[in-house]
Amino acid sequence: MIPDELFFLYRDLAPALIRGAAVSVRLILPSAVLGFACGVLAGSCRVYGFSLLRWAAEAYVAVFRGFPLLVQLYIWYFGMPRLGLYLTPYEAAVLGFTLCSGAYHSEYIRGALLSIKRGQILAAQAIGMSRLQTLRHIILPQAVRRALPGCGNEWIYLIKYSSLAYMVTCIELTGEGKIVASSTFKYTEVFAAVGFVYLLFVTLATWILKGLEKRLTLPGFEFHRV
Amino acid sequence: MDFIPVLKEGLPYVFKGTWVTLVVVAGALAVGLSIGLPLAVGTVYGPRWLRRLIDLYVWFFRGVPLLVLLFLFYFGIFPFLGLDLSAFVVAVIVLGCISGAYQSQILRGAILSVPEGQMKAARAVGMSDLQAIGLIILPQALRLAIPGWSNEYAILLKDSAVTYALGVAEIMARAHHVASRTYQHLPIYISAGVLFMGLTYVGTRLLAVLHKKVRIKGYA
Repeated sequence: MIPDELFFLYRDLAPALIRGAAVSVRLILPSAVLGFACGVLAGSCRVYGFSLLRWAAEAYVAVFRGFPLLVQLYIWYFGMPRLGLYLTPYEAAVLGFTLCSGAYHSEYIRGALLSIKRGQILAAQAIGMSRLQTLRHIILPQAVRRALPGCGNEWIYLIKYSSLAYMVTCIELTGEGKIVASSTFKYTEVFAAVGFVYLLFVTLATWILKGLEKRLTLPGFEFHRV
Repeated sequence: MDFIPVLKEGLPYVFKGTWVTLVVVAGALAVGLSIGLPLAVGTVYGPRWLRRLIDLYVWFFRGVPLLVLLFLFYFGIFPFLGLDLSAFVVAVIVLGCISGAYQSQILRGAILSVPEGQMKAARAVGMSDLQAIGLIILPQALRLAIPGWSNEYAILLKDSAVTYALGVAEIMARAHHVASRTYQHLPIYISAGVLFMGLTYVGTRLLAVLHKKVRIKGYA
């Protein structure tokens, strides 16, 4: 029995998992970066934008946090061709992840921007800083540190939600697992292995984020998690 | 505007999935609470080995994606154990186990935010540990946990759409049936999304009302 199992692992499972994990990483990384950028944009608009911009950003966040991610992916992949937008499964998944996680990121960014005391901005103005300088030297260094725990959680969610790309036929880790499992009927082994890879990703990301938070902490400006 | 007749005919069918979705979510919340509550009490008051064990549970169910867990349990573990469970039951169990991991963290936070003096006072009037936890700590902690719980409801509601992958006939599955038969994907999925948004809004509102209703005067 054991050599048989090893053969299965060596010939079927391992190559599929490696292929799938590579696709998953290629889904997660751009979505994480673009999603964060999207969140910074929407979050700043919600806090500092003029009324129309603020209203648009609020609407964006309400819709993209309100719709289940799966529905959003289906809209991008199956719905958009009606409007003449034909996306590949990969593009639809990255677009869906980016816009959805951007909405969640914007919540943390907004909270972080609002938590910076007005006195800080007034003090910056008092010593003659321009608006841009204030943003660059006073607001952002503090806001990014405060938003990091929340945004970090969002990135970890993104790792897990990347599995939904399979539902729009983008064959990543879960999809590769499903293919191997349905052809060998070894569902338990395959999905346990797939789950383990995700656990590895999530645990790794948690460590990196913890390390980053620690490195970025400024003495006297600690942000206490509740 | 050719989609209007399709919506007229298809949406009642999609909306009937609301009941399935709500039952899945309510079931998962209940399973999650009955797992999360003992886990939370265990992490706060339990011995070291129990805390380790609970950490392991939480790590696993928070780290593996829902879709993978659904496949693992529905096609793998339950049939392996000889259990022939319907997709609906598996969906409730899996969502419940995941929610249990998250709820244990919500409740842990709530238990820890009950002032320490409460426990000391309970012990001082001669209550046993269990009495103190059950009669003094938890009634306060559960009230504090309601806002976190309403977040959990919103998350579960949206995640419940994924159970469509097993064939649970909830909103998303029904939307997909209608869409793939009529090729009106865009309007159907947008309607489904709006329905989810509405359900989120109503549910969180109801929990906010509950939060206010069960508040005890003098305890903020």
